[in-house]
Amino acid sequence: MMSNLMKVSSNPHVRSKVTTSNIMLAVVIALLPATCFGIYNFGLHALLLILTTVATTVLAELIYEKAMKQKVTIGDFSAVVTGLILALNLPPQAPLWIGVIGGIFAIIVVKMLFGGLGQNFMNPAAAARCFLLISFTSIMTNFDCDAYTGATPLASIKAGESVNVLNMIIGKTGGAIGETSMLAIVLGACILIMVGAIDLTIPGSYILSFVIFLVLFSGHGLDMTYISAELAGGGLMLGAFFMATDYVTRPITEKGQYLFGILLGILTGIFRVFGASAEGVSYAIIIGNLLVPLIERITYPKAFGRGGKKA
Amino acid sequence: MSKFTFIGGIHPYDGKDLSKDKPIKEILPKGDLFYPLSQHIGAPATPIVAKGDHVLTGQKIAEAGGFVSSPIYATVSGTVKAIEAHRVTTGDMATCIVIENDGLYEEVTYHPIDSLENISKEEIINRIKEGGVVGMGGAGFPTHVKLSPKEPNKIEYVIVNCAECEPYLTSDYRRMLEEPEKLIQGLKVSLQLFENAQGVLAVEDNKPDCIALLKKLTKDEKRISVKELKTKYPQGAERQLIYAVTKRQINSSMLPADAGCVVNNVDSVVAIYNAVMLGRPLMQRIVTVTGDAINNPRNFAVRVGTIYSELVEEAGGFKAEPEKIISGGPMMGFALFDTNVPVTKTTSALLCMTKDEVSQYEPSACINCGKCVEVCPGRVVPSRLADYAEHGDTEQFEAHEGMECCECGCCSFVCPAKRQLTQSIKSMRKIVLANRKKK
Repeated sequence: MMSNLMKVSSNPHVRSKVTTSNIMLAVVIALLPATCFGIYNFGLHALLLILTTVATTVLAELIYEKAMKQKVTIGDFSAVVTGLILALNLPPQAPLWIGVIGGIFAIIVVKMLFGGLGQNFMNPAAAARCFLLISFTSIMTNFDCDAYTGATPLASIKAGESVNVLNMIIGKTGGAIGETSMLAIVLGACILIMVGAIDLTIPGSYILSFVIFLVLFSGHGLDMTYISAELAGGGLMLGAFFMATDYVTRPITEKGQYLFGILLGILTGIFRVFGASAEGVSYAIIIGNLLVPLIERITYPKAFGRGGKKA
Repeated sequence: MSKFTFIGGIHPYDGKDLSKDKPIKEILPKGDLFYPLSQHIGAPATPIVAKGDHVLTGQKIAEAGGFVSSPIYATVSGTVKAIEAHRVTTGDMATCIVIENDGLYEEVTYHPIDSLENISKEEIINRIKEGGVVGMGGAGFPTHVKLSPKEPNKIEYVIVNCAECEPYLTSDYRRMLEEPEKLIQGLKVSLQLFENAQGVLAVEDNKPDCIALLKKLTKDEKRISVKELKTKYPQGAERQLIYAVTKRQINSSMLPADAGCVVNNVDSVVAIYNAVMLGRPLMQRIVTVTGDAINNPRNFAVRVGTIYSELVEEAGGFKAEPEKIISGGPMMGFALFDTNVPVTKTTSALLCMTKDEVSQYEPSACINCGKCVEVCPGRVVPSRLADYAEHGDTEQFEAHEGMECCECGCCSFVCPAKRQLTQSIKSMRKIVLANRKKK
């Protein structure tokens, strides 16, 4: 029985069951409430757009890796996550080719050219959304569809019109496919928090600092209707829980994550209150991503026993 | 009551149920015995016997090679067969004294003492030194050195490390349950050296029976208390244990004495008792033989020098083909090529597993999830350190506190990308230490 030599390796000799693909799969599952609500809210075309975008991101990664003779990594589901988040950020009536172009940009330009999973310095979905927003502005800002016409609630608040906050929380408004329902997004986020994939550090500090910014600088003060509408409207919830928490592009230490969240809150506040557009979450996230290396520099933790009490 | 603990750490499957209810059984060696000259940190011991010499049980066969070193004793009677290189647990070939067991177990005469009253501190330390007592938790730091800090009157805590946080291990647990008096006596001997110190028995709360028993036995001892620790790996790591008990932090270049502490493992404290009170050197230790490949997981009292394969036989052999055999626990133990290596003073367990979890997974790209940071008891960023290590960047590695890693393995355990974080950091630490020596 002992004829062969045993396997040897450095300690430790046991591993937890959590793998990268488990985590990514959890994110996909957590995005399902928002996805399903989006399809229910906006209809068949939204479903097709989601499927096209996800298929594009996965295929883009597969083809790139095949062409570059690299190991195929689509099994880690990270491309699915990118595709799904990007799709949820698209207007419901956008043509399918928008999903294709956005998906290719997210995977090839933002992710693979920088070295693939773990190496990209910007959230691929957020970067692709910004790219599409600049390149195809009229398509990307047209949220008219069968169910809803006219301005999105966020644009209405900016114009000083009144909005129905309850509908915004439930999600029965116009907007990007997956961002309208605060309820569905928070439900998904709860799943991620329960399985331990994310915690409230970034979303909490992001949302809180954004609210403080609004109170101080929006001119609406403590107007609860206005604040609730700002929170429920646009991409804030989706961004705070699913895009700002992207592991690869956020700081790794807790302290860094608080700083990152606060930075995003302030940037989003600036873009929404002072900017020309009603929305600003994706821009805030990619600018925040760029500042991560600097945040990491100043938040490297103090090792155990450094500055500890000496007897 | 509030529980004591540290920041970080993990909760791996603990596997202790396999062997925790199995009483300690003494086993006698059958084949030759092998005594590596380096069973401790510091200078190797120097042999004082030659091939052909007849030795008795308890006879010194190798002298300490310096102050930070420790002597070695024969654990059987017989003949010195050779002094030659033999495979040891780390996988290296190391010089060993080989003794052919004559099966008679003739012993030398020991010189016990009746009480601690008429014995000086120097004599206590000398008895511990001559007894070959070393830290039996794994590192093997000579105990007499630990017990000789520069300023003994500044020691406030003498801590017995009863955490046994390493999964699968139950040797300390059985020792505490079966011979608690020896443990408490051993602690009293150590306290004799430090007038200003309190004795602390620090036990993880997954051993409530030990906690109750030790509390009962020490309820009239003014200088001894039992502290209940949260069950979490690596609760028994020295610096984490000191923090849990005293809330004092020390870094890797400081000694426990800098925090006013002396820390000893359960088996070491029993060895202190044996050496000082009974005059018996360190010859035996408790070894847990366990794992899903073993027929009857057990706790054995084993003579140092016994070959591991004999332990496997005593535990009923393998019930399934083992894929991995580990000397020690799954978190910090050494994987063995085969079982033809000897039990040393620092052997705590022999773990035989049918599955090797490490080779089941292939490492993939870091996704920066930060789980390694959350669990790291050293409060560093293992993923970054591993990057620096893999790039051979010693400068950045040291600048980012790579030397503060205690190699506990938590980061590799939790990593979802299954990176070999601990391994990379460990290798780099060795390189840095070697470079420092060169300078």
